[in-house]
Amino acid sequence: MKELLKKLTETAAPSGHEANIRNLIRKEIEPYVDEISVDVMGNLIARKGKKQKDGHRILIAAHMDEIGLMASHISEKGFVYVASIGGVNPLTCVGSRVVFLNGTVGVISLETEKIDKVPTINQLFIDVGATSADDCPVNVGDVCVFDRPFIDMRKRMVAKAMDDRVGCLLAIETLKQIKESPNELVFVFTTQEEIGARGATTSAYGVDPEIGIALDVTLSADTPHCTPVNPVLGEGPCIKVRDSSLIAHPAVIEAMKKAAASRKIKVQMEVLRFAGTDAGAIHTVRSGVPSGCLSIACRYVHSPSEMIDTSDVENAIVMLKVLLENPIAL
Amino acid sequence: MPINCKKQTLPTIEKEQIDLLARLSNASGVSGDEAEVRKIIREEITPFADSVETDVMGNLIAQKNAKGKCALHVLIAAHMDEVGFMLVDKDSEGIYRFSLIGGIDERSLAGKQVLIGKDHLPGVIGACPVHLSTKEERECILKLESLRIDAGPGCTDLQLGSYAVFATRFQAFGPSLIGKALDNRLGVATLIELLKHCPEHIHLTAAFTVQEEIGARGAAAVAYNHKPDLAFILDSTPAMDQPSYDNAENTQYRTRLGFGPAIYAMDSNTLYDHRMVEFLKTTATENGIPYQIRQPGGGGTDAGAVHLSQDGIPTATISVPGRYAHTAVMIARKSDWENTLRLLTASLDSVSQDIFKNER
Repeated sequence: MKELLKKLTETAAPSGHEANIRNLIRKEIEPYVDEISVDVMGNLIARKGKKQKDGHRILIAAHMDEIGLMASHISEKGFVYVASIGGVNPLTCVGSRVVFLNGTVGVISLETEKIDKVPTINQLFIDVGATSADDCPVNVGDVCVFDRPFIDMRKRMVAKAMDDRVGCLLAIETLKQIKESPNELVFVFTTQEEIGARGATTSAYGVDPEIGIALDVTLSADTPHCTPVNPVLGEGPCIKVRDSSLIAHPAVIEAMKKAAASRKIKVQMEVLRFAGTDAGAIHTVRSGVPSGCLSIACRYVHSPSEMIDTSDVENAIVMLKVLLENPIAL
Repeated sequence: MPINCKKQTLPTIEKEQIDLLARLSNASGVSGDEAEVRKIIREEITPFADSVETDVMGNLIAQKNAKGKCALHVLIAAHMDEVGFMLVDKDSEGIYRFSLIGGIDERSLAGKQVLIGKDHLPGVIGACPVHLSTKEERECILKLESLRIDAGPGCTDLQLGSYAVFATRFQAFGPSLIGKALDNRLGVATLIELLKHCPEHIHLTAAFTVQEEIGARGAAAVAYNHKPDLAFILDSTPAMDQPSYDNAENTQYRTRLGFGPAIYAMDSNTLYDHRMVEFLKTTATENGIPYQIRQPGGGGTDAGAVHLSQDGIPTATISVPGRYAHTAVMIARKSDWENTLRLLTASLDSVSQDIFKNER
């Protein structure tokens, strides 16, 4: 499991440019699915099983994309100015390294030495070792992501893009383990979640599900002087009640609770006052879809080092398998 | 038989096209009130289209059928509407409170002339004469609450809800095009030309959309209803390419006049399909047409609604750059417009499903 998570998190795939991670996931799941396809927006759609009595067509969404930066200007001296792809915090950028999809590595720095307030993204630049615009290996429109290795800390794991490669991991592991289900399971590895759940918007329309379940990370609140929200690391998978994009369907919440209880897994109820997931897009598609979200508590979300708890992931896989192997009473 | 034989000559912008742009620029067409612009376009395109209709939202949609079956269905959309004003309350004789329709910086309003309603009645967004204002007043920003449209004594029966536009009249001068609403009458004029000379191997839906400036509302209906194989959005985008006050390198110009059509990589509402971007770049290079990649960042076009329609539509946006967008006057370059028309003409000639042979 950790070996796969390492591969998933170390793959570079910012929103809109998910081919690398899609190819990796497709190789992992292809032997276990009935049908696999890629749609216009780049979503990877894997179908498994047929709908039986009491079963539903369930869309399980985990987003493949990660936050990143896009080159917006190459200066005369060869420095790369950038725009953000998704919620990038300039505070965590300065001093970080990035890798462009063409392999170019760069260091992020800041226009001014006078640092008296949080810089804006327009003040950041990437030094890729060029001496002028002419020998700069990056063009306007090229994209990059943080360059950081996955580290196994035993109880905890840390990596860039844990948001949402851990969701991808849950989907992959569950997909591999499920043998029998009354449900038609449609696993969608979505694109462009970080810029507004856009891949989920179109794939949910195409799949036309009866139930939607997103797999994503959520903010933890167990670090010094942090904003008080409820989930913490190591206290179990989180069942989302609401965030700013979704009020989860009560029946989906109940089914999740039941699945966890059947294996004596401790869960946390998650109420997030801001941010959203793919479930936000799925639940309003067509004539509406009862939806929910299973989350993994995560520290330092959208930084180059996102930290999660190993047991939370293990328990989420067990819980998700039970949830999908049984009928969900709406 | 050669299938993709390239056209030997690409179109140019002549007096005829500029005259049409002048009529379009001078017409009033604030979001929700596009009839005057729509009428000009309809008259212009009807002889060249297989069908022309106005849909529920007010979008004007022309179809040009392909010769042969299984043709690629291409949507090209250009929004007809412009930013402007609406009269919302009467203060006293001929003096009206107004609200803004679309994104306008209220700092740019005092002292501007406007044209009100279908009859283009003259009005002025009044400003205090310098003789009478205090130093403190001159240092304050005039907020919308303190601005009024003065339609003149005697003009007391204007209907609340009437629209108004900037009164700027179009001029073509030297290499430049100067006027109001060039965002997006430039796109409209380009699309009219493309429709007139549409190649026969594609099915073209040409959509002149409404209400882009208030959230791409017309385009959402067009994309849902017509579900093309791919879409090109024609628009106009701000250029901030003036030199910096301190002579430092300008790193935030968005686009630059004279550098050719601006191809979008990313804006607030769309991260563009790189297969479409590559196709446009390749087409430009092969045909010797200059282009620029618009700096990724804020803003949005009809693409935001179109690319998310149903199960997704591959979409590109190409804009003519212009300085001072969404103020009373924009300055654009004729050469950028011409190269936009040439890039789209060349793209329609060679567009095919091959663009999508690789997954996004």
